[in-house]
Amino acid sequence: MGWAAIRAYTILVYLFMFLPVAVVVLLSFNQNQFGSFPMTGFSLRWFEALWNNDAVMRAFRTSLILGLLTALISTTLGVLASLALVRYRVPGKNLITTILIAPILVPEVVLAVALLLFLNWLGIGKSFALLLAGHVIFTLPFVILVVQARLVSIRRDVEEAALSLGASPVQTFFSVTLPLLMPAVAAGALFAFTISFDDITGTLFWKPGGVETVPTQIFSMLRDSISPEINALGSVMIVITVGLPLLGAAIARRLAIKRGM
Amino acid sequence: MSVEARERRQPWILLSPALGAVALLLLIPLLFIVVYSFWLRSAVGPDTVGFHLDNWQRALTDPFYRYILLNTLKIAAITTFFCALLGYPAAYFITRSSGNKLILLLLLMLPFWISYIIRTMSWINILGSSGALNTTLISMGVISSPIQMLYNEATVILGLVHFLLPFMVLNIYVSLDGIDTNLEDAATSLGATRWQAFTQVTLPLSLPGLAAGGLLCFVLGAGTYITPLILGGPRDAMFANLVFEAIITQLNWPMGSALSLLLLLVLGALVAIYNRFLGMSQLTKGLG
Repeated sequence: MGWAAIRAYTILVYLFMFLPVAVVVLLSFNQNQFGSFPMTGFSLRWFEALWNNDAVMRAFRTSLILGLLTALISTTLGVLASLALVRYRVPGKNLITTILIAPILVPEVVLAVALLLFLNWLGIGKSFALLLAGHVIFTLPFVILVVQARLVSIRRDVEEAALSLGASPVQTFFSVTLPLLMPAVAAGALFAFTISFDDITGTLFWKPGGVETVPTQIFSMLRDSISPEINALGSVMIVITVGLPLLGAAIARRLAIKRGM
Repeated sequence: MSVEARERRQPWILLSPALGAVALLLLIPLLFIVVYSFWLRSAVGPDTVGFHLDNWQRALTDPFYRYILLNTLKIAAITTFFCALLGYPAAYFITRSSGNKLILLLLLMLPFWISYIIRTMSWINILGSSGALNTTLISMGVISSPIQMLYNEATVILGLVHFLLPFMVLNIYVSLDGIDTNLEDAATSLGATRWQAFTQVTLPLSLPGLAAGGLLCFVLGAGTYITPLILGGPRDAMFANLVFEAIITQLNWPMGSALSLLLLLVLGALVAIYNRFLGMSQLTKGLG
């Protein structure tokens, strides 16, 4: 196979990956009232319809709160654990790492069932608390993998300098380690938020009746048929889950340039 | 307390919240459903506690369950095959392209950030009765009324390939990127054709990445129930759909426990075989 053929093949593979998503975005601006082809003109009516759809707005609020809390808890747990694994000599490090990433080694359906049944037995039925617990445990391994990878590259001697100059370990952590750690923390939190915001597999098991997140809301709307509103909702979600990390990366780069790094 | 003792305790203090969470929210729950799978569902009231083999017997011998299990493995295998077929040349191209490598890689990461459900449902816009393909065919006069292209096994596989392809490309890319390109040049300078150099040098060296990507695609594909619900017909249920049915629709939690453990055992066996021969490090490389 010549180089040109491989190039053409790769372009087709990329088209396969992105064309359907591009069509979602395109159709969300469609004026046609059935939201299907042919496109009859440009319109924002479906975004307006979303804004006025109470169920969708409720789902958005639920997803946002759930995603933020998940990111907060998961990042806290993940950063502490990563610090221990990267900065200390811990016996049985490999075993500990395997245990910590176990939630993504187990199929999500199985994790969902186990968590639902066990917490229900403890008296915590389908509820926001169960959803939060599920999202935390499912995002934790991703946070640990991302944060650990970043942590390895931070040099220890800066901290040692602070300690030798008389700073307490706690002072050192907050004024030296944490600022150096911030990109890793931000990356972990963003990752946790996005995964939580996108999750449907576990969420359908854990969510109480009447509570919807954005993905489960889309799912229940799909049962009728694909409406242009769903395409619009899809576009908004793409902007949030793709735009947010890009924005974060841009800001991080700006800050790094400012600091002269 | 001596400094050394404190130094020894500190990492455990840092680790305990995360380890505690995994124990309480994953490990103990898994043990719990092992116990639960031997309970029995009662028609009224709480499930009957005890040691009953009924659920396991049904899970292992019911021909319907077995058919769905085999069909799930078949679908996952076909999905993995197509992911490799589409993913390998693309990964190879990214590794060897000079100028736009960064953009290609960034684009490759993008699908990870686009919601799974949106990528899945996007095919309805393409293949649905008023989708892009039917509309085009009608306007070209090839067909007079829309053909039903959705809601069959092929569209389930299509959706899964679309969802899992980035995992495959990324794993192969990581593996290919670590191979010294001089090796291929050396082979050609010693008289091998470029195709020979590829099949005898590069391809074997990239097999760990291909295997890691394959394992991820297979396990993630075999564990899904959303794709069949959106892109499959009523007869295209996969094994995870049986679990969902038992737990959410029929509220038969003991049976649902047995079925989810069976899925875990089958997929776990695959991971164990993989781990035996290739180790887990390749997998975490692709994830990180």
